[in-house]
Amino acid sequence: MTTLANTMTSGARELIAFRIGDQEFCVDIMSVREIRGWTPATSMPHTPGYMLGVINLRGAVLPIIDLAARLGMNPAEPTVRHVIIVAQSGQRIVGLLVEAVSDILSVTNDNIQPTPDVSSDFERTFARGVLAIEKRMICLIELDAVFPHTESEAA
Amino acid sequence: MDMNEIKEIFFQECEEQLAELESGLLRLNDGDRDPETVNAVFRAVHSIKGGAGAFGLDDLVSFAHVFETTLDCVRSNKLEPTQDVLKVMLKSADVLADLTNCARDGGSVDEARSKQLIRELEALAHGTPLPGAAEAPVAKAAAKPAAAKSAPAATAPAPASPAPNDQGFVPVAFSFDDFGDEAAVDPVAMSTFEISFKPNADLYRKGNEATLLLRDLSRLGEMSIHCDMDSLPSLDGLNPEDAYFSWKISLRTDKGEDAIRGVFEFAEWDCELEVAERAEGEQPDAIEGEAPMQAVPFDLSILDEEPEHPLGVVEEEEQIAAGEREATVTALETASNVLNLASAAAKAADAKQAPANAASAQQAAAAGQTIRVDLDRVDRLINLVGELVINQAMLSQSVIENDTNGTSSINMGLEELQQLTREIQDSVMAIRAQPVKPVFQRMARTVREIADITGKSVRLITEGENTEVDKTVIDKLAEPLTHMIRNAVDHGLEMPEKRVALGKNPEGTVRLTAKHRSGRIIIELADDGAGINRERVRQKAIDNDLIAADANLSDEEIDNLIFHAGFSTAEKVSDLSGRGVGMDVVKRSIQALGGRINISSKPGQGSVFTMSLPLTLAVLDGMVVTVASQTLVVPLTAIVETLQPDAASIHSFGATQRLISIRNSFCPLVDVGRILNFRATQANPVEGVALLVESEGGGQRALMVDAIQGQRQVVIKSLEANYTHVPGIAAATILGDGRVALILDVDAVVAASRGQPLRLESALAAVG
Repeated sequence: MTTLANTMTSGARELIAFRIGDQEFCVDIMSVREIRGWTPATSMPHTPGYMLGVINLRGAVLPIIDLAARLGMNPAEPTVRHVIIVAQSGQRIVGLLVEAVSDILSVTNDNIQPTPDVSSDFERTFARGVLAIEKRMICLIELDAVFPHTESEAA
Repeated sequence: MDMNEIKEIFFQECEEQLAELESGLLRLNDGDRDPETVNAVFRAVHSIKGGAGAFGLDDLVSFAHVFETTLDCVRSNKLEPTQDVLKVMLKSADVLADLTNCARDGGSVDEARSKQLIRELEALAHGTPLPGAAEAPVAKAAAKPAAAKSAPAATAPAPASPAPNDQGFVPVAFSFDDFGDEAAVDPVAMSTFEISFKPNADLYRKGNEATLLLRDLSRLGEMSIHCDMDSLPSLDGLNPEDAYFSWKISLRTDKGEDAIRGVFEFAEWDCELEVAERAEGEQPDAIEGEAPMQAVPFDLSILDEEPEHPLGVVEEEEQIAAGEREATVTALETASNVLNLASAAAKAADAKQAPANAASAQQAAAAGQTIRVDLDRVDRLINLVGELVINQAMLSQSVIENDTNGTSSINMGLEELQQLTREIQDSVMAIRAQPVKPVFQRMARTVREIADITGKSVRLITEGENTEVDKTVIDKLAEPLTHMIRNAVDHGLEMPEKRVALGKNPEGTVRLTAKHRSGRIIIELADDGAGINRERVRQKAIDNDLIAADANLSDEEIDNLIFHAGFSTAEKVSDLSGRGVGMDVVKRSIQALGGRINISSKPGQGSVFTMSLPLTLAVLDGMVVTVASQTLVVPLTAIVETLQPDAASIHSFGATQRLISIRNSFCPLVDVGRILNFRATQANPVEGVALLVESEGGGQRALMVDAIQGQRQVVIKSLEANYTHVPGIAAATILGDGRVALILDVDAVVAASRGQPLRLESALAAVG
């Protein structure tokens, strides 16, 4: 509770950093429910390419998103080394397939720099800022934007 | 707990009270004159009034108050609950329900209607003699008509005794008919009956109560009673659920054997009953030399001490204050005692009845103890148990894989675990199971309203109201059922004049039945109206271009045309039904519940709609199939038959379509793998299996899958919870190996294969 209180007062927050290809990304740790290994998913018909399918998460049906494909990069070819970040947004829970979890970062809002002004879908849709940590560049992802929305219905 | 929460609880209780109120009124309407029923009705209105007062819901309070006043007149026997009176009361119950809903959710109430009813209720209440008498002791007021009722003596005090304070008596709907025969009693008609009454355990199990039967019997005339306790075993051999007592009764009455048998009408199957008339002139002595006055108190002391009485008179010991118990005992005594002076005894009985009833109500409350549980908690438990079942299946599977001899203690333990998990699952599912009663009760109101609007006279008979089914099913049942009831009354039943002309009872009957059959709930709705006019349905279908003019249809096929979209045969479109969105909507909503609906109709005799529904929406009987190396589940309800096509039965039809011939008719083949985009080209039908399915429009399709893995019950998991709707997929489930399998949405797949909504003629052509 005390850490949470500290977080609230100082604007400090913890982020989980993970790797996709040669890039690093991070999301707020508060929205991550668990991290688990890759298990084959049951694919679903008529879904966007980044939807790998659904898996059984202790009785709940969990949709799995290939985050690489979702962010517009080359689709992943999942292996046992891949991990699934189980993340929650609102009432919905999805699994995000990433290559590996690399770090847990404690930062304050001051550490987060605004997204550089590049004109790409990626920057407008998913990125919420960048962090410079030990000469690495880590991009903060907006989870809500990653979650599948009504677009799959339209598809 | 803040005010809103308390208010919410109040409204929840209101709902229960309103249900209680309505069922009580309906029981009275059916001729039940048990004072406890009247009390229950009164209590229901009184509690609503009390609660509403606390929350300052003035409209509700004022209406409930008037209602309560009128009910009080019934309770104190100043107002006979005739059909007319009850009609007003049932309407008042409806308005009370409206007012409650309005207080909860906002909105408006038909004020004219409630004012009108207030006037009617007041008229009923004030029609009784001496409004001041309402405050008079209940015993005194009650004794009047009760004495009239139970006084068989030649003195015939019935019409005479209440006369002095009788000014307002006549204009009220106070029926003297009941007493007419008593008034004209001829002393010669008195005769003595020897009655032997031996209840079986079932009598108690069904909620009957020997004491009440004996009390009713005592009202017929002078009665002496002897209780035979010979078959009572010693305490260690005593089964508290069994019945050991029998009674020998000697009854002197003018009512005749039929009246005596009438008392046991609802119990006669569960007891041994002999009624014999004793030769006239013989003295109605005590039986077998034992003085009845002694026999009875002895009987009661036994009742109090030993738990042989299934309805728990013993429980009273713990539950009722000593004074109250004394009163109860006196009342029982009075009831089963020798009634020397019928009128005096009846007075006493009625006076003592109040505490006795309080006692029985207390018992009833104890028997049906409930707690309120948030539905989410139950659902979470159900989810967890679902996981447990899957986990157990996975564990079993891996043990079987690793354990070759299969005799180890692990295996035995696993079997027990399997048994336990299954039991837990059943018990947890049972928590969600609710009797269909509330829905059926709502239907009673629907019938009343439609009967009013259409000017028809309708009687709704419900059976099997206590049949239990999952709450979600119940919630979704109300709408289609309302629709069907409207149709049955509006279109099915004829106007009273016409019914009379046809030689039928002017009052139409709608019968609503629920029962369990082979793991499903069957709901039947039968009316005794005109039945389906097949000529007209057929003509209408031809007019609407639904079938060809020369189509050759069986009666059943014609009947089922009414489920087609845009079909309504009502000659005039009323604001009740007949907008042409009737039965197809009903059929669709029933199918959405995983159910089926059928109609059978006999011209001139009425129609019967039969719905078969799953007991729960949480599990589904499915066929597990393989399509393009994916495992899918097809709901079993959709599958008509499965077949292995041979090359000769497959016919190409145009560029891409293929038909399969089944018993000389052609049915389109649908490759599930292609529709779901699991493969790029159509599979070779000969290598797969065809599932003949029936879809919404009644048309059939042969769905091609690669192989059938087997049949099993699966727990339905929503895809929408974490994702969105996937076309062609209804939901997901988790199989024994822990993998997720998708449940096919058969209707969507069939619709997709059509590309456009299919017309009925082609569907019928497909059926042949």
